[in-house]
Amino acid sequence: MAIFINDSTKVIVQGMTGSEGTKHTRRMLASGTKVVGGVTPGKGGQVVDIDGHQLPVFNTVAEAMATTGANASVVFVPPKFAKAAVIDAIDASMPLVVVITEGIPVHDSAHFYAYSLSKGKTRIIGPNCPGLISPGQSNIGIIPADITGPGSIGLVSKSGTLTYQMMYELRDIGFSTAVGIGGDPVIGTTHIDCLRAFQDDPDTKAIVMIGEIGGDAEERAAAFIAQYVTKPVVGYVAGFTAPEGKTMGHAGAIVSGSSGTAQAKKDALEAAGVKVGQTPSETAQLMREILGR
Amino acid sequence: MDLFEYQARDLFEKHGVPVLAGAVATTPAEAESAAAKIGGKVVVKAQVKVGGRGKAGGVKLAEDAADARLKADAILGMDIKGHIVHKVMIAGAAPIAEEYYLAILLDRSNRTFLVMASVAGGMDIEEVAHKTPEKLAKVPVSSVDGISLAQAKEIVAKGAFPADIADQVADVLLKLWETFQSEDATLVEVNPLVKTSDGRIIALDGKVTLDDNADFRQPDHAELVDLDSTNALEEAAKAKGLNYVKLDNGKVGIIGNGAGLVMSTLDVVAYAGEKFGGVRPANFLDIGGGASAEVMANGLSIILGDPDVKSVFVNVFGGITACDAVANGIVQALELLGPKATKSIVVRLDGNNVIEGRAILNKANHPLVEQAETMDGAASRAAELAAK
Repeated sequence: MAIFINDSTKVIVQGMTGSEGTKHTRRMLASGTKVVGGVTPGKGGQVVDIDGHQLPVFNTVAEAMATTGANASVVFVPPKFAKAAVIDAIDASMPLVVVITEGIPVHDSAHFYAYSLSKGKTRIIGPNCPGLISPGQSNIGIIPADITGPGSIGLVSKSGTLTYQMMYELRDIGFSTAVGIGGDPVIGTTHIDCLRAFQDDPDTKAIVMIGEIGGDAEERAAAFIAQYVTKPVVGYVAGFTAPEGKTMGHAGAIVSGSSGTAQAKKDALEAAGVKVGQTPSETAQLMREILGR
Repeated sequence: MDLFEYQARDLFEKHGVPVLAGAVATTPAEAESAAAKIGGKVVVKAQVKVGGRGKAGGVKLAEDAADARLKADAILGMDIKGHIVHKVMIAGAAPIAEEYYLAILLDRSNRTFLVMASVAGGMDIEEVAHKTPEKLAKVPVSSVDGISLAQAKEIVAKGAFPADIADQVADVLLKLWETFQSEDATLVEVNPLVKTSDGRIIALDGKVTLDDNADFRQPDHAELVDLDSTNALEEAAKAKGLNYVKLDNGKVGIIGNGAGLVMSTLDVVAYAGEKFGGVRPANFLDIGGGASAEVMANGLSIILGDPDVKSVFVNVFGGITACDAVANGIVQALELLGPKATKSIVVRLDGNNVIEGRAILNKANHPLVEQAETMDGAASRAAELAAK
């Protein structure tokens, strides 16, 4: 099972002909992902050879879907052109669009998110995210495929490297799906969306949720857990030492006045019955205790 | 980036939002000539990016240009909640009849834009929202649909603005929306929006936050950066394209890859530092994904150039970043710095090419470098070294 992606997911790469797009297409293919083509406006009709895979390039997502049967797209387009790329995918009713690009203006992401809602056909993951992996089945984005294999833990995180760290800490148990939802102020898929999907996924036994300072997504997730999630959840929140008013790397990681603090998020999660670790390794240890491993 | 009031005023003026005459001054003499140009009574206002400047004595009415000079002299150099006043704004004075509130902002929670409007202006809007929420109209605005004139009028009605000025306020709202959109702002706030005794509507004080991610299409925003308050190390890091934030009262320099892991590293160091008399992290530095040896070397020289730093913790989980590249970066940086490198460096590498990375550091066998197996162990060792 797993959530959002599995071994029948067919992926097109928007921006495949760019250097980042090519590099990560190669990595995705190497990890067994079914990459079926790419989209670069103006380069339609070309065929690109990546490690022996002949991948057709299309001008639009609609053409790519019609020809290849793709049902997921991953976006490696630079910030300037990312909005147009995502709109193209939404217009084609692409079911899943994973936006890796960092540095997209928030007016653009707010626009394509609102547009996706108005059309009602597309789930966006990201932007500014590492993508998602269902180990052994499909890997969309830039998460290293060799950290761990399939297993019973579901993971949702705002941060890429903390996702890798946590997968590494729990590598002997393995993961159903790990989703990096991204560190921008406006993202398409939230902690809550992933928690709901993991709760409903029979292959996921327990969930790790990683948050960080800024906004109130973790507080909302805590309220959702209390109401809906019966599977065990362990949590981790980064940014206790972040000063007020400073952006810590991720555009969304900022404490504004008294809102968005790590302590408030930890408190909310604990009030919802989530065990929250003080360090990533302590968080992994809490998961081991729950699973008896 | 948060703007100063005078910068917000200038942006408002550019987009047709009604404002009073105003100019910025950095010396009493400049204040005097600005006041003379405006004429009559003026207000001298400290330009600081923090609330409560009025109570702190940072806003004073001046009778004339000569008086403006005296008032500016008193305000310049003041310390308002840790912010030193380097600039004052000289603004025209207006006879205020009523004070209102109007703002457009990014509502992260609901992933949309939000208009907030209230006739209870001039005070802290969070207090209004908390104590008398019925006096604050909140209306979501979709980025796709924007605000039409009809909708602006509805919002103004919902905010219970008096009928005689409703059309004027709706017009201001549309111009604020234009400012918000065309400047890539995440906040435009007017507090107070005033009605003068002769019936004019004026944005008297404003706050604007701009989205740094939009800099590539907002070339004019570069000159709005406040150089007075920019930390020299932050400046140097920015010039190298590094994501660096200096932290107060810290002794352990931090380098890592990925914003989340670096934030976590700061926390783990502060946590470990409790055992060593409260040692804390000195900075945030994210060398990003795919960091090369050169980037590592740049980062390390910034950190080692910080006199507050007593020890360094390099924490890398190799995803795309390869640990051997990081290790080479450390070795190269130390060669480059030579005898200038005097601080111990605790390195924790894991992930992509970790065996090669650790071997490179072992082979180099630099007296300042020690490796640790785990993140928690490395944090503890770095804190211990900083406490010595």
